[in-house]
Parts: sequence; structure tokens; C-alpha cells
Amino acid sequence: MDYLVQLFQSLTVQALAPSTAAFAIAAIGLNVHFGFAGLLNIGQAAFLLLGAYGFAISIDRGLPLFAAVLVALLCALLFAFILGLPTLKLRGDYLAIVTISAAEIIRMVGRSSILTDLTGGSNGITGNTYNGPFQALSPLPDGSTQILWFDYDNNGVNGWWIRIVGWGLVGVFLLLIWALARSPWGRLLKGIREDEDAVRSLGKNVYSYKLQALVLGGLIGAVAGIIYVLPSSVQPDGLGRSTTFFIYTALLLGGAATVFGPVLGAILFFVMRLLIQSLAQSFIPDSIMSTQQTVQFSYVLVGVALMCLIIFRPQGILGNKKELSFSV
Amino acid sequence: MSETTATGTQPGYDYDRVELRKKLATVDKAPGSSKPDSILTVDNVVRRFGGMTAVDVQHVEVQRGAITALIGPNGAGKTTFFNLLTGFDKPNSAPTLTNRGAGTARWVFNGRAMGAVGAAKVAKSGMVRTFQLTKALSRLTVMQNMLLGARDQPGENFFVAIVKPLWKAREAEIEAKAADLLKRFKLYEKKDDYAGSLSGGQRKLLEMARALMSDPAMIMLDEPMAGVNPALTQSLLGHIQSLRDEGTTVLFVEHDMHMVRHISDWVIVMAEGRIVAEGPADTVMDDQAVIDAYLGAHHDTDLGDDSLLTDESIEELEAEVKEEDAARVETEHNEEGKA
Ligand SMILES: Nc1ncnc2c1ncn2[C@@H]1O[C@H](COP(=O)(O)OP(=O)(O)O)[C@@H](O)[C@H]1O
Ligand SMILES: [Mg+2]
Repeated sequence: MDYLVQLFQSLTVQALAPSTAAFAIAAIGLNVHFGFAGLLNIGQAAFLLLGAYGFAISIDRGLPLFAAVLVALLCALLFAFILGLPTLKLRGDYLAIVTISAAEIIRMVGRSSILTDLTGGSNGITGNTYNGPFQALSPLPDGSTQILWFDYDNNGVNGWWIRIVGWGLVGVFLLLIWALARSPWGRLLKGIREDEDAVRSLGKNVYSYKLQALVLGGLIGAVAGIIYVLPSSVQPDGLGRSTTFFIYTALLLGGAATVFGPVLGAILFFVMRLLIQSLAQSFIPDSIMSTQQTVQFSYVLVGVALMCLIIFRPQGILGNKKELSFSV
Repeated sequence: MSETTATGTQPGYDYDRVELRKKLATVDKAPGSSKPDSILTVDNVVRRFGGMTAVDVQHVEVQRGAITALIGPNGAGKTTFFNLLTGFDKPNSAPTLTNRGAGTARWVFNGRAMGAVGAAKVAKSGMVRTFQLTKALSRLTVMQNMLLGARDQPGENFFVAIVKPLWKAREAEIEAKAADLLKRFKLYEKKDDYAGSLSGGQRKLLEMARALMSDPAMIMLDEPMAGVNPALTQSLLGHIQSLRDEGTTVLFVEHDMHMVRHISDWVIVMAEGRIVAEGPADTVMDDQAVIDAYLGAHHDTDLGDDSLLTDESIEELEAEVKEEDAARVETEHNEEGKA
């Protein structure tokens, strides 16, 4: 019994962790690309990484917090334009190819030793060089607070303050997407996802709308990057291809083209992985599977879960079967 | 909404069809003839795919306020011609940096040169087309499909979209208009279904209704009747004619000769990329060039003559065919003999 209670508690702690909030935000951004506009962006992690670099480096160079956020957003904006301007006039596949390679380029450049002064090379940037101003902004009194079994410092690097801001931002973006999804703008994006020539024949500037979607999802991704690195550090290799695929997993799990799906998916993704890992650790003897291996095992099972999902419920948990499936 | 067309308000539009037909009766019945009041004038449009010339139109005009049929055998280049005119494809003869003079492609719609205009702008200027292979937006509802066709919805701007009160009023207007059109096309009961669940014919209807949401000055229909339930074609023909009566010029591609004879004021015939004949429906069918290019020797028994084929006429036909076969065998024989 004790074991189950502890397991449940650790799962809920993981569900509300800042990294889960960051993933949820990243998936909300990717949903604008993939779910609504049908843009196959396979480099969402690069938007996170650029946001993180822009933010961390700006603060390190003495810019105030809001200016640093602005720099992070500008980096993502520029990246979206560089990716989108040449490819969005072409067939969809081109964007996919360009995003996947551009994301790798960003990561490789970030970790290269030439830029060590700026990006810290492959070691990255440690959190204490940039999280000061964010901590200073907290209105919470010092000390720690316990609610149920959630017990954190009010203002610590990984405490209540970052959780409140992270999940608050999730709420803000949910509201924004909800408003957009029901609007004529959202309708146009969905139309483009279905058949862009049809939308063009109705007198709409498809190129401009695709670019708008790419930029919006990218900016949201940059914010996710900031939230992701605030309680930890900027690690280029921690925001690589696999991160993009995890974000996709979260999105598809919850349901693309729904408003709340990306958030539900992100939470489920982390909780499921931790659950598999914990169970494997407790019940499979070390001689068969070491602790290190249980982590990998959890990824394998998440992959299997994703396959089952695509086969049995392609629209995701919240999706409408008729509205969104992978076929077509 | 300068391009919109409310009944009886466009100067120069022939709302009276009898008048229009009288005017067209005076037009020269030859390929590329000039019309009294052309809404669309096309010059030197050439499109090649590899070595094959799909479209080579020297000059053609479309009369404002008329229902013009564009007919021709499969592969004549009708769809390609539509794609070129509406900005979905680019002619090989398009003006280049070094050559923008005579002989380059040029077409004018409603007084505006359209040569280098993108597909969206073409549609915005009032020339809206439908597709031979329907493009219903499957995972949007029928109503959402319709609303997408409307113009001047401020909520299609990102920043306006966030604040619903800014676009709510316009949305109500276009919803009412969409409901009207859907009722006309017998799709109103389906308005909340996904477009992907419609039958092929219903999708055709939806695509046409959607195109009408923007009150185009001219609508271009690529095989609007293909796949539509015969019970519905009659009423659809009625809709197309009332469209014309209300101020929309119609240019359509069709294979169904009943339909062509029944509703068109003017027929343009294409074969192998060229315009080979033009004229009113009842006379153009007798044109030798048309018969050769398209209709075949038995056209008068198969071209929407309202008389049904009787057993007698079928027998007659069969006899004719046999005769021809015999003749061909004979000539082949002769040729072999010569060789
Ligand atoms: N994208 C393309 N690539 C190569 N050939 C094409 C293409 N589109 C059309 N064609 C060719 O051009 C000719 C005209 O086609 P089309 O305009 O579809 O004829 P229609 O609509 O009159 O039946 C056909 O021979 C067709 O095979
Ligand atoms: Mg065709």
C-alpha cells in the first residue's frame, strides 16, 4: 500500500514539474504547426534551444529580464522566417527536410568549441548565470510551502515560483489557442491543412498564413525553451532530435488539432515514462535490467505505446475520430 | 465589396437573356472572334509539357453575362487552360525580363491584366474557379467550407481573430448567406457534417456553392456535372442559369452535351490545345471542324438531341458502323497491296 501511495505521489510530482509545463507549451506551439496548419516541422526543439540561448546569453550579458525574453522571441522569429520564406511556397515535404536539418545545425553550432565564449560549447550554460533576474521577480516570501505532498521552496531554482509561472503560461497559451481555433483565422489554417490549392482558389494568401502559423508556433516554442532551462541549465544535446520526437509523441497522444490535447499529452508522456521506469525498477531484478536500462526501457515502451495509438486511436485521446486521423 | 454583383446593378450587363442572344447572333462564328462586350480576353497562351503542347490559344474572348461552354475531347487542354487563366499554372509564353512584347501571353479580366497575378489574387479580382477533381476540405464541416469562401471577414487577420466581438457580426452575415446557398444546392441538412462524408456529386455542389460565397464576377466550372445525381442535374442547370440572370458570367467545361445544348449561350471548342470552333450551341455542333475533332461521325444521334435513341436508330447506327468498318478494311487492303 505504502508503495502505491509513494508511486502515486511521485507521478503527480512529475506531472506538475516545470519540465512538463515546458513540454506542454512546446507541444501547444507544435500543434499550431502540425495540428492546425498541417506544417510538418521536425525541428521544434531548435525553437526551444534558440529561445533558451537567446534568453540565457542576453541575461549573462547584462540585459534585463524582459529584454532577454524579447531577444529569445526575436531569435525564434528570425529562425521561422529563414525556414519558412524559401520553403512554404514549395510542397510540404520541403519544410520537413529543412527543419530537421536546420535544427541539427543550430545544435551543432551551439555545442561547437568556437562559440564556447557565447554558448559554453558542449558544456552549455549553467543555470546560475541567468536565473537570477527571474528569481528576483518572485513576489513570494522566502521559505518553503507544503501543499499535500508537494513541498518546495517558494523561490528556489526549482520551486513554486517557476511552477506557477510555467503552468500560468500554459494557461495563457491554451486561452490564446482556444480563441484562435474558433476564429476565422483558425478555420483558414485548417483549410490550408486540408488542401491549400482549394483555399488559394478562394482568394486567400496561403503563403502568408503558413508563415504566420510557423512564426506563432515557433515563438511559443521559444517560451517553452526558456521555461525548460530556468530550473536547470542550457544543454544543446538535451534539446536535440529526440526532444522534437517527444514533443510529437505528446501532441499525438493528447490529440493534434485539439486545444487541450498537447497539455494532456505532455503530462501523460512524462507520467507514463516514470510509471514504466518505477515499476521496472521495483519488479525486475537488477540482474535482468539495471537502473540505467529501465530508463531506456521506458522510452521503448513509450514508442510502442505511440505505435499502438496510431493504429488504434489515430486521432489521439481528445481528438475527434472524424476530424483528425493520420490517413487522408 | 466593389466586385460584388447585386441584381440589376452592373452597368452593361445583359440581364435580359433575349437581348444577349441577339447580340451574340451577330458575332462572327469563327475561332477567336471578338465579342461585343468581353469580360475576359486571352492572347498567346501556350503551355507545353515536355515536347507536347497542351494549350496553344492565340486569341479568345468571353462575353460578359453569357453562359459559355468550353468543350473538347479528353486531353484537349481545357483543364490546363483553366489552370493557366486562374494562376495555378504559368504559360511557357509568359513575358520574360528580356521579352515582354508581342507574342507573349497576356489576358485581361474585367479590365485588369492578369498575366503575372497569383491564384489568390485572381480569385480576389472576381474570377473564381472550381476543380475537375473536387477539392472539398474533408475535415472541415460543410458550413466551415462555405464560410471559407466569403470575403471581407476581418477575423481572418490574426490580431482581429483573438477578439471575437470584432468579427462576430460579419460571421453572422456570411453564415446567413451560406445557409441560403446551401439550401439552394440541397446541402443545408448536411451543414454540420464533415465535407469528407459527402458523396462525389455533393462535393461538386459544395465546391460550386463555396465559390459563389464571394459573389464572383465570373465563375469557371470544370465539369460541374460529373458525378452529380441525374435527379439533381436539372435543378443545378436551373441554378446556373439563375446565376447568370443575377449577374455572374459563367464559363464551364462539360462533357454532357445535353447540358451544353440546354443552357449555354455560346460554345467554344478546343482540340489538341487550340480553339477550333466557336458559335451558338445549336450551330457549332454542325461545324465540320468540331465533328472531325471531337464529336465523330455519329454526333447527331449522341449529342443531346432530346429524342431518345429508338431501336430503329440503333440498328441504323450499327449498319453505318459496319459499312464504315468494311470501307476501312478495304482501304487497308488496298494500302497493303500497294506496299
Ligand atoms: N502536369 C502535367 N504534366 C504533364 N502533362 C500534363 C499535365 N497536365 C496535363 N497534361 C497533359 O496535357 C493535356 C491536356 O490535359 P487537360 O488539360 O487535363 O485536358 P482536358 O481537361 O481537356 O481533358 C493532356 O494530354 C495531359 O496528359
Ligand atoms: Mg479536364
